[in-house]
Amino acid sequence: MKVVVAVFPGTNCETDTKYAFEKLGASVELLFHKNEKLPAGTDLVVLPGGFSYGDYLRSAAIAKFSPVMSAVIEFANRGGSVLGICNGFQMLLESRLLPGAMKRNQNTHFISKYQHLKVINNNNTFLKKLSIGDILDIPIAHGEGNYYIDKVLVKSLYENEQVLLEYCDKDGNEENPNGSVSNIACLCNRDKNVFGLMPHPERAIEKILGSDDGVKMLEGFLK
Amino acid sequence: MKVIVNIQLKEGVLDPQGKAVYHALLALQFDEVEDVRIGKQIILHVENENREKTLKRVEEMCEELLANTVIETYSIEMGD
Repeated sequence: MKVVVAVFPGTNCETDTKYAFEKLGASVELLFHKNEKLPAGTDLVVLPGGFSYGDYLRSAAIAKFSPVMSAVIEFANRGGSVLGICNGFQMLLESRLLPGAMKRNQNTHFISKYQHLKVINNNNTFLKKLSIGDILDIPIAHGEGNYYIDKVLVKSLYENEQVLLEYCDKDGNEENPNGSVSNIACLCNRDKNVFGLMPHPERAIEKILGSDDGVKMLEGFLK
Repeated sequence: MKVIVNIQLKEGVLDPQGKAVYHALLALQFDEVEDVRIGKQIILHVENENREKTLKRVEEMCEELLANTVIETYSIEMGD
């Protein structure tokens, strides 16, 4: 299992992401954004969290034109698995691999805390080890995580089982930290090979550090 | 030539920053304010060969990078 973690100027979650996948037994390569090609035998590309290009203009607006991104887009279009976490999710939206866009959090604050999440769909690689209705507790840390999509498209997301996680409280009741449409925290594309989420599963893989709920998520990608 | 690009969230898309500033203005007793929308302004200095061509190029810039047309609209003011 070969995982490639793309690193952009301003990325800051690449080491945590590498640590998480190595702990699960994958071999992990950090790939600088100037590379125009992915290494041979890449099974999964992860776009990690951070503040690529200082979040200038809009989060991830500039990262989408990095040389490595054209390789990632081509890889995704050929059916390769891509996971975008936080700023990586924003890159997937900006490059239109996933539908919708991110706005500033509703309360305009940067939010950094543990957040409960509910599994909405598990009929995909990413969440196949979890059951529908499972509640997870995973850190979120973002200023622009207010997911927006229009009413017609949000309906089709649910119909096509593309909504994977929603924000909730510890009992699974509705809770919305950032204003996202329909409390959406994680989604995938129609072909179910491109995944994006604002929460950080790679920060929840050691019980002693608060939560290991991220393990069951990331494990879904392992071969 | 100077070209000014104004970018705003689309109408109907809630603007969290605008809302926060609106409430702050009300707290300061500027009761006449009915709504606030915050956008951004990008000022370009462009080599000017042909106004029409420049406008077309700036439109392309907006579509590709400067605005996210999923949630934003843009307008272009051509200077002299």
